[in-house]
Amino acid sequence: MASNKKTTTLSQQKYQELAKKNEPKRPVVANCIRAFIVGGFICIIGQGLMMFFEKVFGFTKETASNPTVAVLILISVILTSMGVYDKIAQWSGAGTAVPVTGFANSMCSAAIEHRSEGLVLGTASNMFKLAGSVIVFGVVTAFLVGIFTLIFGGGAH
Amino acid sequence: MISHKGQTWEFHNPPVLISAATVVGPDEGQGPLANDFDLIHQDNTLKQKSWEKAEKALMEDAADLAIKKSGMQKDNINFFVGGDLMNQIISSSFAARTLSIPYLGVFGACSTSMESLAISSLMVGTGAAKYVLSGTCSHNCTVEKQFRYPTEYGSQKPPTAQYTVTGAGASVVAAKGEGPVVTSATIGKVIDMGITDPFNMGAAMAPAAADTIVAHFRDMKRSPDYYDLIVTGDLASVGFKIVNELLKEQGMPIPSRLFNDCGLMIYDIEKQGVQAGGSGCGCSAVVTYGHLLKRIEKGEIRRLLVVATGALLSPLSYQQGESIPCIAHAVAIERQEGA
Repeated sequence: MASNKKTTTLSQQKYQELAKKNEPKRPVVANCIRAFIVGGFICIIGQGLMMFFEKVFGFTKETASNPTVAVLILISVILTSMGVYDKIAQWSGAGTAVPVTGFANSMCSAAIEHRSEGLVLGTASNMFKLAGSVIVFGVVTAFLVGIFTLIFGGGAH
Repeated sequence: MISHKGQTWEFHNPPVLISAATVVGPDEGQGPLANDFDLIHQDNTLKQKSWEKAEKALMEDAADLAIKKSGMQKDNINFFVGGDLMNQIISSSFAARTLSIPYLGVFGACSTSMESLAISSLMVGTGAAKYVLSGTCSHNCTVEKQFRYPTEYGSQKPPTAQYTVTGAGASVVAAKGEGPVVTSATIGKVIDMGITDPFNMGAAMAPAAADTIVAHFRDMKRSPDYYDLIVTGDLASVGFKIVNELLKEQGMPIPSRLFNDCGLMIYDIEKQGVQAGGSGCGCSAVVTYGHLLKRIEKGEIRRLLVVATGALLSPLSYQQGESIPCIAHAVAIERQEGA
């Protein structure tokens, strides 16, 4: 009940002000710069890979994105398995969380973590523990946008 | 004889800590107190198949070492009082299965170190037991897995977050013998000031620590300078700053030369990337049983007060938006007179 703002007592409110005052702030500006550098760097790698697939393997601009994403996911999974990804993420924040590598990391880390509970009840059922919410909200949003497009007839196609 | 004053037990024939042992993981082994630990594991899996098994192994190692150092056999130990942070305190209970010593499982989150020591001292003090083993353990990865995210998940921790200690501490409490004595213990109240952020445990626990410290001095009619050192369990930089403010507000400031926090002592906060500092059951246990008892032995400290702090939340309770209730238990440990 104490979490409910309306029922907090006066001393709790006073204390929460004190706690707030003593809370070291997240370095937002530094975080933004780091996220920009690391996130941008990941995108440069992605762009490089895409051009590589286009030039060397003759993919088109549209189809080259598939092997590109696959390679980025592979790199992320390898770094996660080596125990490095979380250390990079502590430094770069959203820079490693937002690109597809962050999604791969969330699945891979959960899969590794719950391996001890077996392949079915552990790895398989916990793999989407963190990524699941992204998929749910992604699907729901896509559905709503689809309905919206259908009714109002937007879109260029 | 034991008298009780308010929420404090005073031991007139004080139980003796005849031995203590500590086992830690690699990060603690790189910290400033490394030389005070009995066993440092270089690999935080401890060659076990799961993090949970590794945590249990820490507890078993610490218990075995403490019994060995006391010069006794397992059969001589009457009871084992222990607990940890895992759901259903599996680490301690499973270690008790291996030890096969009659067992009382206790839960006080990170305050378990002093909760188990207080109960053990009470058992010995009343004559209900001759030798009691008390101990607790925690593992960074089991705690991350249970309370937060998978260990390899790349999320950025805020500067208020704390780093759970991988380590176990155990002690053997006896009616007679050589070693430091437990002279009093103050049992804390559950205090909840409405903090809901599980990444800011220090701020959640600080009021509980202040409440128990004030209660201890009130019950024992003492002032802080009775002690050579007062340590809190795992408030880390954020909580420790707040507890100082709270004590000042309540007219019971503790001079900074007498006051420290185990969570600030165990790691090199600047170099080791542990955000605000250490936490976990193992934090106050290994700092007290490893580092501080050695300082008492050397005579650098004569009177010590350990105020172990615990956040009594569960992974479910904070997801449901509940605030974090906290507790702190204080135990006074003194050098035996004439020693």
